[in-house]
Amino acid sequence: MAEFGQLLIEVLGIEKDYPTGAGVFQALRGVSLGIAAGEFVAIMGASGSGKSTFMNLLGCLDRPTRGSYHLHGQDVSRLSSDQLAALRNREIGFVFQGFNLLPKLTALDNVALPLMYAGMGRQARRQQAQATLNRVGLGDRSHHTPLQLSGGQQQRVAIARALATRPRIIFADEPTGNLDSETSRQVMGFFSQLNHEEGITLVLVTHEADIAAYARRRIRFQDGRVVEDVAIEAVAA
Amino acid sequence: MIIASLFETAWHALTTHRMRSFLTMLGMMIGVAAVILMLAIGQGAQAMVRSAIESMGSNLFIVMSGATTTGGARVAMGSAPTLTFADADAIRDLPDIVAAAPVSPGSAQLIYAGLNWSTSVFGSTPDYAIVRDWPMASGGFFSEADVRSGARVAVIGQVVARELFGDEDPIGKIIRIRQAPFEVIGVLAAKGQSLDGRDQDDLVIVPISSAQQKIFSSSLRNRARFIMAQATSEKTMDAAESAINEVLRNRHRIGVGQEDDFIVRNLTAIAETAASTTRVMSLLLGAIAAISLVVGGIGIMNIMLVSVTERTREIGIRMAIGARRRDVLWQFLIEALTLSLIGCAIGLALGIGGAWLVERFAGLPVAVTPASVLMAVGVSFLIGVFFGFYPARRAAGLDPIEALRAQ
Repeated sequence: MAEFGQLLIEVLGIEKDYPTGAGVFQALRGVSLGIAAGEFVAIMGASGSGKSTFMNLLGCLDRPTRGSYHLHGQDVSRLSSDQLAALRNREIGFVFQGFNLLPKLTALDNVALPLMYAGMGRQARRQQAQATLNRVGLGDRSHHTPLQLSGGQQQRVAIARALATRPRIIFADEPTGNLDSETSRQVMGFFSQLNHEEGITLVLVTHEADIAAYARRRIRFQDGRVVEDVAIEAVAA
Repeated sequence: MIIASLFETAWHALTTHRMRSFLTMLGMMIGVAAVILMLAIGQGAQAMVRSAIESMGSNLFIVMSGATTTGGARVAMGSAPTLTFADADAIRDLPDIVAAAPVSPGSAQLIYAGLNWSTSVFGSTPDYAIVRDWPMASGGFFSEADVRSGARVAVIGQVVARELFGDEDPIGKIIRIRQAPFEVIGVLAAKGQSLDGRDQDDLVIVPISSAQQKIFSSSLRNRARFIMAQATSEKTMDAAESAINEVLRNRHRIGVGQEDDFIVRNLTAIAETAASTTRVMSLLLGAIAAISLVVGGIGIMNIMLVSVTERTREIGIRMAIGARRRDVLWQFLIEALTLSLIGCAIGLALGIGGAWLVERFAGLPVAVTPASVLMAVGVSFLIGVFFGFYPARRAAGLDPIEALRAQ
């Protein structure tokens, strides 16, 4: 049994309410779970199941209405928005479905952006950004803007941006949603490699079973609750 | 260090929409240029008035011969001199008066060695140089003895010296004033323009007795068209004015209820009024120009609000990867500041250039002072902060999740 502190992520009785015109909508109705360092977790569920809300809470973009969330032993629900921003900057990387790169900036500047908010000097952050781009195999594309890159390349730039500050966790929200199946396989292969070789904790939100199959644990949401939490043995080809 | 990077970010954002940035800055440019130009014109006018006042002489009264009533027909002021040399002496003997000079003005043609020049001729006494605070460039002023004896000596202004003598030294030369020969014994220092725009250096001063006998052939001997008097200080001017009134009413035997046959004017007060008028005009011009600066600032706020709305998703992305609220605030504030300060710089160049053109082609005196430049830069900075703050705060207050969902 995992003790408190060994878990990278520990949520207890988390609830999230959204006020709507017709009253309060309960997006999460009491979720408790833990994720250890180095895990590769797929979060599944239909739209409206609460999986995206849960992701946003885990990613420190939002705070729960009730319940507690400890990230690396720290009670996140009590932090100020500036402290949350610093936490997102240092500990967390985001990869989105729509890539969310800044279209006017080059790949290098996009990857260097989180380093700027980390307070790193211009020269140092450009070096580190270049090194990170090399890692995702786009070292020769650093001066291209997103529009000059293919979808798969854009998503790799986004992954490089998520990796730039060397975070412990990466949250990927439908990262293959805008990609064809071949590119999806490459991106998922790269995620697996990061998890295997560097021990980066990965939390993946998807509704596609074959994408979820890359993970080693599957958590299924329905109506704001966890309805399934199982280990996955088989690795998809 | 983040701030430095944010300037780079701002520059990048502004150069991405060049046309829009330019149009946004246009308001600031026009505002700053207008402020600089208007202040330059206003301060130029003020400087001109100030130097005219300084050249006039300080704490100055002018006592003019007033309307005389001859058999019921009132004659215009100064047309028949009622003031005498003795009046001038009486005024000079007043305790608050430093000097008093009777003046008999006129004009005449001067001739020297084949050159001629028409100019103003003033007949007066040595006190004239005192009341006008008028130093000599060379030579000396004539004396009381010259006035008593009706000596044919003359003191000339810079313009006359230049027009008649060129590079030659005028001292000791004989000029003809309306055919009468006069010896030049002094050249006055330059004074420049008077308040009414006349060149004060275009004149000849001779003893008042000589002027009346040899030049004007006046039938009214020992009378002056006006008397100029200087009070001991600004504080004694009021007392001096009533003393002059009293002594002249006594001397002219004007009873209670009778109309004065003279008029005392406080020239210094009139000059102060002129100065404050130009000051008010200058302020008014600046204030009107400042309105366009405010309009320019509103233009910046408008575009920054549009920009925040357009870039909501970008703001969400920046927040997701670790931008704190104050980083976002600074980003948009710096963008607004960059717009206003670049607009200000271009406006300064336009305003200074415009001021130069006004001086060169319209002939108006202008003065671009460091203070007005500093003020324009300072106001632009404040406008950038003031009108940039609201959009920046709106950007910083966005919810990262909502912002990420924006299209």
